[in-house]
Parts: sequence; structure tokens; C-alpha cells
Amino acid sequence: MIKNIFRNFVSGSATRPYPIEVRPGFKDARGELANKIGECTLCGICARKCPSQCITVSRKDQYWEVDPFSCVYCGICVEACPQNCLLHYAEHRKPARKKSGLLLNKNESPKLTVVSENR
Amino acid sequence: MSKTIVPFGPQHPVLPEPIHLSLTVEDEIVKEAVPAFGYVHRGLEKLAEKRDFHQMIQVVERVCGICSMIHAMCYCQGLETLMNVDVPRRGQFLRVIWSELHRIHSHLLWLGLYADAFGFESVFMQFWKIRERIMDINEATAGNRVIVSVNQVGGVRRDLSPSKCEWILAELAHVEQEMKDLESTMLNNYTVKKRTVGKGVLTQEAAYELGAAGPTLRASGIAQDMRQLAYEAFDELDFAPVVETGGDAYARGVVRFRETFQSIDLVRQAIARMPQGDTFVKVKGKPEGEVVQRVEQPRGECLYYIKANKTKFLDRLRIRTPTFANIPPLAAMLPGMELADVPVLILSIDPCISCTER
Repeated sequence: MIKNIFRNFVSGSATRPYPIEVRPGFKDARGELANKIGECTLCGICARKCPSQCITVSRKDQYWEVDPFSCVYCGICVEACPQNCLLHYAEHRKPARKKSGLLLNKNESPKLTVVSENR
Repeated sequence: MSKTIVPFGPQHPVLPEPIHLSLTVEDEIVKEAVPAFGYVHRGLEKLAEKRDFHQMIQVVERVCGICSMIHAMCYCQGLETLMNVDVPRRGQFLRVIWSELHRIHSHLLWLGLYADAFGFESVFMQFWKIRERIMDINEATAGNRVIVSVNQVGGVRRDLSPSKCEWILAELAHVEQEMKDLESTMLNNYTVKKRTVGKGVLTQEAAYELGAAGPTLRASGIAQDMRQLAYEAFDELDFAPVVETGGDAYARGVVRFRETFQSIDLVRQAIARMPQGDTFVKVKGKPEGEVVQRVEQPRGECLYYIKANKTKFLDRLRIRTPTFANIPPLAAMLPGMELADVPVLILSIDPCISCTER
């Protein structure tokens, strides 16, 4: 232990000053979930397979919506996607002040939505 | 002096999770301990009626964060038995690797919390610093740090490349060396021994009769480990249960400390002997029948009962976790101990309350 204590004194900090310095994600890590909406056919397989039911797809209204606060980052939807348009970024999502879902519309720019509490 | 009843928990600085103990004390000596549960019940078994049997993998992983992979493995093994699926050999070895990594990080977490329980904060931080390497391995290989989500019915969803295997071995060499640096502090230190040796002694007979599980049982001198059932690839790996005979809190610490080295060795063996091939087989159809499946978790034997009726929803899912088995031994080891030793003794069974209540 004495050896450890001296080593800890001379070596640098074991932790990072987090928001200032962020560790890059590992290559295959399951970080933030994203959808390349231009390639998406809105088939809805991801919404049916999702164990936490955090994805809503509407062909009629042409949108794909995810609630990142319900998502468990298991990667089932990414593997199930026939178009390969779903992907996980290596970095995790940034913290947020308010819980909001992400709505991607085929014809409009992405927007944040109010997440239902009783999903 | 007359008897006093001291409520211990559900909120207590030493408890990571809520459990309540009614301690009857006389002159600071515990005479009786009555445990009470029900603070973190989430009804996960009931969810089997709403989620199909594939989606339930992600639910059972959340029964316990620390041994998530082993819960999912046990559940998948049960369904594979019902559906007559043989997991490819490589898939079995990969399951062993991830389950042993989970055991290492669970034991490291516990060793830290245990040190914290008897007031050795610097050792707590050292163990958690070592644990970070295992978390990095999990994230780099499986995608997530804790709930790795690699299991599927029929195998595993991810593979390990040779370069990743080499990196894992290099990281484990660091972990092993750093653990060895802490060995004398954790096992031979005067103050640590003063707080743990002879505390909460559970004799071999008592451990057996009360149905203790895992390291709590093995610390009392019974060589019983579910990995002896040779599930997955354990039939090909050299393995003997770690056994101590002291039966006290110290012996339980020693068992977990030595099991960490054993798990490192098992990961090395698994990587060395892992064959090439597929990691999973495609599964079709629905399960039917009932099955009981047992695996060894970091805390002991975990039992799954699954009843399926050839639909996509299970009829019944019943999970018995090791902490549930270790509560009667805990209630038996507390009488006769000083009130100040109660936190250490509760930690010594490695309680996982959210596991127990599901």
C-alpha cells in the first residue's frame, strides 16, 4: 500500500476534468442513437423490436421519433434495421436540462418533442 | 440493561440499496435481527406478460446491474433448452469471457464497498480505480459499460477480434498486478483483520442448513459452485472452487479476492482455447414447456424457472437470486455481534437488494 500511495503522489490524476476533457468513445461503443432519416423507409421494424419501446414511427405523418430517456442502448434496433440507416455514435449523449424526445421528419428539420411520462 | 430495538436501514450510509433490519440490542450487543424487504420491488417478472421472450432479455439484464450479463445468459440458456438450440462453441466461450469479466468487476466493486464499510477509504478508491479497466474492456468489446447486452437466444451478438483479445489480456495483466499490490493491505493488514476476523462466523453446518450461496457458502468450507455444472464452456476450462474454512467476514473477503484472480485466469484460458466459428445460431419458433436453469453469479447460485406455452409471451418467469438465499445466514450471523460490526457483516454477504426483489 505504501508503494501505491507514493506512486499515486507522483503520478497524475486518475480521473479526468470531465466536461472540459472528454474521453473519446471506443470504436464499437453504443452511444447516442441516430437515424439517417433520408435513407429510412419508415418500415417500423425498429419500433416493434425495441425492448423499451422508445421508438415511434409513423408512415402517415412521415416521422421517426426516439425518446432517448427511455432508450436502453441495447442496439437491437440497429441490428434489426433492414436499411442500415440506424446507428450508434461512439460518444454518449450529452446531459440535458429537460427530458425531450427527438423527432426526425422526412421533410422538415429535426426537432425536440415533449416526452410522454406514461409510455 | 433492558432490550432496545434499533431500526437499521432502509436508508443507511453503508447500504447501497435499501434493506431494513430490526435489531434487538442489549448493551450494544445484537440479540436478534429481523430483516424486512419491499423497498425496490419493480415487478420485472410480471413484465414477461407484456414483452415477448426476445425482449425479456433486456428486462432480465436489469434485474441486477452488476451481474447483468449472467442473468441474461441464464435466461437464454433456459430458452435454448426449451427450444433445443445448441449454441456454437465460440459463442459459449464468449459467454464465459464476458461472464467472468462481470464477476471480476462485481468483486472489485464489492471489495471497495467492503473496505469503505470498515472505514478504509483509500483502499476503496484503489479498487474502484482498478475496476475502471474492466469497465473499459466491457465498453470496447460489448458496447456498454455495465449492462453489456450481448446475449441473444442462440448465442452472443458480438465477436472478439484477435487484436481485442490481446488488448484484453494486456489489460488483465495490469489488473492482476494492481490487485497483487493491494493483496497484503486487504488480507494481512492489522486494522482490516481487527474489523473482520472472527466476526459473523457461520459454521459449515449452519451455512449448509440455512442454504447460503456463493462466496458466503464457500467461505464456510463447502466447495460448491454452479460452474461445476460445466455449463457453456466451463467443461473445457480448468476450474476448482475457491474455498476458505474460517466462515467469518474475513474469510468471505479472502474468497472474493482469490476468485478475482481465478476469473482472470479463466478469461485467459477461454481466450487461449476459443475455437473459430459462428457466435450464434438463428432461432425460429416459440418455446414450449418448463425449465429450471442455474448459473453461478458473483454472489452465488442464481435460479431461473421459465414456463412457456408456444406463444411469444412466457407463462411464468421466476427468478431466485443469491442474496435471497443469503438473508437467513445473515440473520443467523448477527446475534452476538456488536452494533458497530453490523454494517461490515451486512456487506460481507454482498447484498444485492434490487436483485432480490426484482
